[in-house]
Amino acid sequence: MADANQAPREVAELSFEEALEELKQIVGRLERGEGRLDDAIEAYERGARLKAHCEAKLKEAQAKIERIGLAPDGTARTEPFDKE
Amino acid sequence: MTDLDLPAATPGNLPELSVSEISRAIKRTLEDRFERVRVRGEISGFKRAASGHLYLTLKDAEAAIDAVCWKGTAARLGLRPEDGMEVVATGRITTFPGRSKYQLVIDSLELAGEGALLKLLEDRRRRLAEEGLFAEARKRPLPYLPEVIGVVTSPTGAVIRDILHRLADRFPRHVLVWPVLVQGEGAAEQVARAIRGFNALPEGGAVPRPDVLIVARGGGSLEDLWAFNEEVVVRAAAESAIPLISAVGHETDTTLIDYASDRRAPTPTAAAEIAVPVRGELVATLLDLERRKLGAGQRLLAERRTAVESLGRGLPDPVRLLGEKSQALDERIERLELAWRGFLQARAARAAELGARLPHPRQQIAYAERGLAELRHRLEGVVPRLTLPARRALAEVQAGTRLPLCAERQLARARDALEAWGARLETLSYEKTLERGFAVVHGPDGLVTRAAQLAAGEALELQFADGRAPAVAGGGGTPRKKAPPPAAPTQERLL
Repeated sequence: MADANQAPREVAELSFEEALEELKQIVGRLERGEGRLDDAIEAYERGARLKAHCEAKLKEAQAKIERIGLAPDGTARTEPFDKE
Repeated sequence: MTDLDLPAATPGNLPELSVSEISRAIKRTLEDRFERVRVRGEISGFKRAASGHLYLTLKDAEAAIDAVCWKGTAARLGLRPEDGMEVVATGRITTFPGRSKYQLVIDSLELAGEGALLKLLEDRRRRLAEEGLFAEARKRPLPYLPEVIGVVTSPTGAVIRDILHRLADRFPRHVLVWPVLVQGEGAAEQVARAIRGFNALPEGGAVPRPDVLIVARGGGSLEDLWAFNEEVVVRAAAESAIPLISAVGHETDTTLIDYASDRRAPTPTAAAEIAVPVRGELVATLLDLERRKLGAGQRLLAERRTAVESLGRGLPDPVRLLGEKSQALDERIERLELAWRGFLQARAARAAELGARLPHPRQQIAYAERGLAELRHRLEGVVPRLTLPARRALAEVQAGTRLPLCAERQLARARDALEAWGARLETLSYEKTLERGFAVVHGPDGLVTRAAQLAAGEALELQFADGRAPAVAGGGGTPRKKAPPPAAPTQERLL
């Protein structure tokens, strides 16, 4: 995550890694008991959103295997992949 | 006529052939007989013509043969020929009837012997490195959690199976396999085309663009892996905008694509491990973070609550505070009363003292009389002096029958002064003092000027400015034993 001074980015825009990293920082700050109570509550709520975001990313864990085939015009397209 | 099979040599009966005929015959013979040959030799006199054709001579210790590689074939050659290179050339022998020379037309060229191959590899590596293709600065970080993984490999065999298995174990993802030949003729071109093809996929297109690429091949000999040493593959890998993991051969095998890739995996399985994190671990990490966050939040609140409570305990009890203040106020009021009484007493004492110091009226009158007498005396002394001019003037007036007005004025002034002095004398009289509120106490024995002169029950007479009033001395004292007879009005008058 960037500086605390910087306006935080929308959680939905964050990659899994960024969201996880920010969540770690927030937890670390909460554990050290830093900051004002209002800030702590805000951080707490953002932490909840970050966690939900990460969880959503983890849920998208479905294997989908396809193979690339080339259409007659040379563009790529997908075909089912059957493991031989 | 087309039958050129030579008849048995019969001296004198040899058919006569033209040069063209014999040249064509030789050409046919050579091309039929040596339609496809493999020739090993060392390259010398290598030349790339402006037309794009390659010309060279293959030689060994005792012989030499000219060779040519046409432009179209030259582009597909796996190696760049150079003088001194030991090669095995595959092709056919042909002649060129115009000159009656024969030559080898090369279809493919490969290095002869491993030593030579390694030397070529090293030279190529150095050349591409000098070009900056392997620079650290070109390496891009791999995404932590790719959504789509592009795999360039053979669609059959253990490699793709290993990769898919390992991905499924760690973090199932969307995998796009771009099938390619990984060995042999055309393999390098296919691999390069696949890398470029993935990079050419538009973001958000029908085929999702991968976040990371894996280029993989199982183990094999140096020759087997050779496609991944080819410049076209190395360049495609170096140019790939999508981060690329190379996984070619076993851990000990290093191909040139490994230098150009963003990350080298020792095996295809390792490539899958590098590509994705373990989902289970991330779920656990997330759970742990959530638990820690909850704990921290609760602790934070508990700490604040404790702080508030302990601060609250530090606040004094308002009832007690009020009681203390109210007590202090009572004390002040009491002191105020005492002070007021003291102040009155002090004032009374002061008044008494001042009163005691007032001269007795008789004395005052005596002073005044003395002063008056003196003034009269002085006046008497002054009058003749003052009147002298007047008298003289009168005498003069009488003499001249003129009344001197000024003398009369002077006389009036003297009269006025006399009256003023009389008024002042009046102010000094004790009766004036009575006017100011003092009273004269007359006792049976005369004027009472000391408290000690009084006895309880004694009849008194108080003289005010406007008259006298009878009074009796108060107090609990017993009357004087020797009760004097009712006081005869013996009291002398003050005045």
